[in-house]
Amino acid sequence: MLKLNHKHFFLLPGLIVLVAIIIFPLLFTLRVSFSSWDVVKPGLDWIGGKNYVRLFEDMRFWEALSRLSLMAVGSVLIQYIIGFGLALLVWRDIILKRFVRVLFLVPMMTTPVIMSVIWRTILHESLGPANDIVQVLGFEPLNWLSTGGMAVLSVILVEVWQWTPFMFLLLLAGLLSLPDEPYMAAAIDGAGAFRTFFSVTFPLMAPISVGALLIRLIEASKLMETVYVLTSGGPGTATETSSYYIYIRGLRDYQIGYAASLSLTYLVIMIISLTIIAKVLTYKMARD
Amino acid sequence: MKRYFSLSVLIIFVVIGSINVHAKDYTKYGIEKDIPGECSYAAIDAKDYSGRTLNIITHAVPVMGEPTALHAKQFEELTGAKVNVVHVPFGDLFQRIMIPFQTGQNAYDVLFYGSLWIGDFNQYLAPVPEKYRNTKSMQEVTKNYRDVATWGDVMVQFPVDGDRHYLKYRTDVFDNPKMQEKYKKDTGKELRVPTTWEEYNEVALYFTGWDWDGDGEPNYGTAEVAKRDDLMFSAFISRAAPYAKNPHVKGGFFFDLETMEPLINTPGWVRGLELFVEAQKAFPPGGNNFGLGDEIFSFGGGQTLMSYSWDDAFIQAMQKDSPIRNKVAAAPLPGAAKVWNRKAGKWEEFDPPNRAPYITWGWTSAVSKMSKNKDMAFDYLCFFSNQANTLHDLQIGRFGVNPYRRTHFDPNFWIEKLGWDKNTATTYVETLSGMDDSKNRVFDLRVPGVGQFMSSLAAGVSKALAGQETPQKALDGVAEEWRQTVDRIGKDRVRAAYANVVALEDNKK
Repeated sequence: MLKLNHKHFFLLPGLIVLVAIIIFPLLFTLRVSFSSWDVVKPGLDWIGGKNYVRLFEDMRFWEALSRLSLMAVGSVLIQYIIGFGLALLVWRDIILKRFVRVLFLVPMMTTPVIMSVIWRTILHESLGPANDIVQVLGFEPLNWLSTGGMAVLSVILVEVWQWTPFMFLLLLAGLLSLPDEPYMAAAIDGAGAFRTFFSVTFPLMAPISVGALLIRLIEASKLMETVYVLTSGGPGTATETSSYYIYIRGLRDYQIGYAASLSLTYLVIMIISLTIIAKVLTYKMARD
Repeated sequence: MKRYFSLSVLIIFVVIGSINVHAKDYTKYGIEKDIPGECSYAAIDAKDYSGRTLNIITHAVPVMGEPTALHAKQFEELTGAKVNVVHVPFGDLFQRIMIPFQTGQNAYDVLFYGSLWIGDFNQYLAPVPEKYRNTKSMQEVTKNYRDVATWGDVMVQFPVDGDRHYLKYRTDVFDNPKMQEKYKKDTGKELRVPTTWEEYNEVALYFTGWDWDGDGEPNYGTAEVAKRDDLMFSAFISRAAPYAKNPHVKGGFFFDLETMEPLINTPGWVRGLELFVEAQKAFPPGGNNFGLGDEIFSFGGGQTLMSYSWDDAFIQAMQKDSPIRNKVAAAPLPGAAKVWNRKAGKWEEFDPPNRAPYITWGWTSAVSKMSKNKDMAFDYLCFFSNQANTLHDLQIGRFGVNPYRRTHFDPNFWIEKLGWDKNTATTYVETLSGMDDSKNRVFDLRVPGVGQFMSSLAAGVSKALAGQETPQKALDGVAEEWRQTVDRIGKDRVRAAYANVVALEDNKK
């Protein structure tokens, strides 16, 4: 049996913070999700699982979730590939190495909402510079934000621009921590650059890669600001993600109870999905 | 006798002189002169609110947020009160006001918000006291904006702005004989300001994709607010209104008041959406992702021939550095030659076309019922909207304060103060004031949960604009969502609120 002594009281501040910022809001949200709290019925009445039943019939939510999966996985994979490439580029000695490393990190340090506004201006189809550049290159102007497919690509583009530096940072740290011996062995065996990468670097980077991918997937699954500013979920519902949909239901429509049930369902789905993805990635990387 | 006369004259001069010495100069606050009245600078200056605090929530700077802060600072200086102003982006404004209301917190004394939320907020608002309702300034507020401020028979909102949708067009094209000739030659029709939305689309399409203003850039027919969740529902209501609001049919525009069955998917509304979808051909590139800001700068910057929505695009076009200053004019929204009669279940022909002016929502203000400073709060609002301040604010486009008093509809004000030419000023004030005379007005759906109804509408319309669904199917989906929303909120509750809107639309008040 645990004997309480004065040392245990040192745990108290941490415990209070944990309860205040994680446990209480979570439990409160759970309770709200069983209420009909909205614009005309404030407070915590009890309506049982009605919000959850409604949610299962709400195709807009499920469509938003599948759209989010596509956009999140797509953008994170691209971030991983580009981030890895950039990290490899500045891993070895190059001119202005320190400057380039800092330069690569700049997008990550900017505010997402502000950058989304800047990107919206850049991609503005009649006034922005993106189409000017496209035309200078001899192509037809693109419908960056006004057709469904292109709007999805534009959101992914902005996400990739903003968050590739984060991937770059993690992967560069991983690369810098790799031991020299395997490379020396590969060189003695006469392995070329590609062989060395696929047989030495990539496998050695597996643990950090899994970590980086998971961290970014968790973040990307909350994709909201970029959508809010660039497209408001449109055209139609082409770029409506789960977070944006929950925002609309909760804060615009003021359906607090229903939005709470959406949030919790979304949270459970994300925990299950990301756990499976983590297991699969870890298993595959370990096997390789 | 002569000595007495001299003494009298001397006394009069002394009295007048002393008045002049004591009359304060308020022009340092940016106004031209203080206009005497119940809430003039002098009247407010005479009040002492030292040691008291007024809490205000308003929109972000500049639209409405900037004048709120400006007049709050002036109010502080004049009365000695401490005034806290909280600025909130539009997307968060509703919940930032509603949460304290619902949880019983007395967070804000004064609230600035969109007037369409009256259906949700009215129960939390303090009625405007009689002494403010009877001021000269308030008596000058036009009928539309007193109606907008009133819930049932009680005025609960304090008018500070007037909003409506109307048509803006380029006079250098419509009044240009060469353009008229070219249009006639190419289409066989006279070039005139559109009177129906079909005509609007036709003219807009003709003037799309070529450089008709000679600035070296291609021009387009129409800029519209078409971005989902960016006030697009209001643009759609403007377009659908003349097809769905039949002056011969009473009892509801959005719903049938008797049954509370949504009318949003009836043929009149569907026709409005079909034309909205068709109009995309005349949008500038990316035009179906234009929010209000894009619409303002597209028309205001000279890119398009026409536009409609709030005042902002017109005011932008009339800025001193605008390339199209004094090349624009205002007109009533286009109408419909065929209007759906839902009672008869058939289309009715109208000649001249049916017009249904949309008295769209705009900025309004109110005092919280829970406020412990109601006297000071109403004084602040009365001061905010006193005649000197309003005349000042009307001249600054970014403030978002638009005409709402009879005195604002004098063309000379716009000509003399802002340098507008006569045609621009005349069409502007005549269009705006003319909406007050209409007997076929359309108001917003001012019921509890309006956010839910309009959010469903925006999503449905957006699906049709994006080609994901046909207009009929999209609006059928909206109607189904509206039924569910009515059931959730309570049919009787929604009906009771909607009856207020219908009373306005059917001219029963």
